[in-house]
Amino acid sequence: MEETARSIEEVARSSYGRLLAYLTARTHDVAAAEDALGDALLAALTAWPRDGVPRNPQAWLLTSARNRLIDGARHMRVREEHAGDLALLLSGSGDLRPAEEWPDERLKLFFVCAHPAIDPALHTPLMLQTVLGLDAARIAQVFLVLPAAMGQRLSRAKRKIREAGIPFEVPTDHNRPVRLTAVLEAVYAAYGLGWDEAVGADPRGRELASEAVWLARALRQAMPGEPEIQGLLALMLFCEARQAARRTPGGTYVPLSEQDPAVWSPAAIREAEAELRAAAGASRIGRFQLEAAIQSVHCDRAQSGRTDWHAIVAFYEQLVRLAPTLGVRVGQAAAVAEARGAEAGLAMLDALDGPAVGAYQPYWAVRAHLLQALGRRDQAAKAFDRAIGLTESDAVRSFLLARRVPS
Amino acid sequence: MKYMMLVYETAANVEERNHAADSPYVAAWKTYHKALVEAGVYVDGSPLREPGTATTVRVRSGNRQAQDGPLAEAKEQLGGFFVLELPSLDAALDWAGRCPAAATGALEVRPIDVAFHANFVDP
Repeated sequence: MEETARSIEEVARSSYGRLLAYLTARTHDVAAAEDALGDALLAALTAWPRDGVPRNPQAWLLTSARNRLIDGARHMRVREEHAGDLALLLSGSGDLRPAEEWPDERLKLFFVCAHPAIDPALHTPLMLQTVLGLDAARIAQVFLVLPAAMGQRLSRAKRKIREAGIPFEVPTDHNRPVRLTAVLEAVYAAYGLGWDEAVGADPRGRELASEAVWLARALRQAMPGEPEIQGLLALMLFCEARQAARRTPGGTYVPLSEQDPAVWSPAAIREAEAELRAAAGASRIGRFQLEAAIQSVHCDRAQSGRTDWHAIVAFYEQLVRLAPTLGVRVGQAAAVAEARGAEAGLAMLDALDGPAVGAYQPYWAVRAHLLQALGRRDQAAKAFDRAIGLTESDAVRSFLLARRVPS
Repeated sequence: MKYMMLVYETAANVEERNHAADSPYVAAWKTYHKALVEAGVYVDGSPLREPGTATTVRVRSGNRQAQDGPLAEAKEQLGGFFVLELPSLDAALDWAGRCPAAATGALEVRPIDVAFHANFVDP
């Protein structure tokens, strides 16, 4: 019994996105496909312990979900434009072909989730729910909103996908670069969520980060030769390589400059370097390639024993032109401080003064360190207080408290 | 699918098309309309008289209330509409982006509920 339940969970986890993408690419109805797939999983919980796990569990689930969709459609008013799709679904019912034989439609689902007609704040939550199968409650938790509110926003988005005619296709026209950027940003946001959560008590944060890496690998496979996809994958792999060095065994936060490169994963760094080199071959620079290049310089410390801050500053100068976000500008100021001195870095932070920096934790953390390096203790203590007050991570909080010299 | 394109125009554009038949804005609309027809996607459409000619009607507690002016006062006003037959929202967004009114005003793109319509038109 236990074992069967476990194998259902395994099949569900590993193939959820693929099954859902296959069903929705034909019906365009994400919510109905989710319900059908959920019902199929429930049915498996009854049937598999009784009859044994089928030889081809994915195909079993697909057939079961498909039959439920067709039953459901018979009871509802069927929209004219979907009648043909349902006929298609019907025509294939009954055959239990192995998963390798039915097309992987997940890429289409990526582009649907990050469609410009969908609120950008929902791109990542939709991807997490449809491609990875995370439930709304769990997504609400990482986005710090109420589960009911997240559930409502997601179902509104799915209704729009179905009714507004958002196409299930990979754009091939002039829209393609912009559309791909939206997909990559949503994947990277998932990684960022996993990264932040990895420090918390919830082990699923780590899972979310590796799922995001998996999403990037799936994208890379589906769209070979896209330098920004390779750049994003390289960026995440460089960060993954340093995962184990980010905390002491006791859980204390270790800043990048103090991490022991011997703990970094050489295999992940090698793979990241190969991706970045391949991306550079296309001679189409982009935001993710530049961010990966910066991480590559950091990881080079494992070989050279030093960090080439001038190279990092040069990459930041290009990055600021492409993506002048607050995060990039604060990172640039920190790099400039390392390359040219704390005074120069502080001048860049001063130039950022505005309402947006008030609640931006990294700004205050960098500011505190630079003021302390310059011996401006009173101002440093105030900046430390602000950085500590704004942090969400316990480990970072203790780290900053330990560095803060009382004024 | 059928899409309704609601054209929201600035006051300056409405003024231009009403009083300057040879203006660049009107010329742009003529070529745009021609492109829609030639692409075989145009179903129907029309410009509207200026927002000042609008009257908003409500019935409350059995009383009909007529109010001078459009439903909502905004910087851009509903200035016209057209209906297109297109394969997807992406195609609709592309055509919306080419509309001369989009450069100064805005277009709202809405799918037409063909199935619901069919329910009461052809019993």
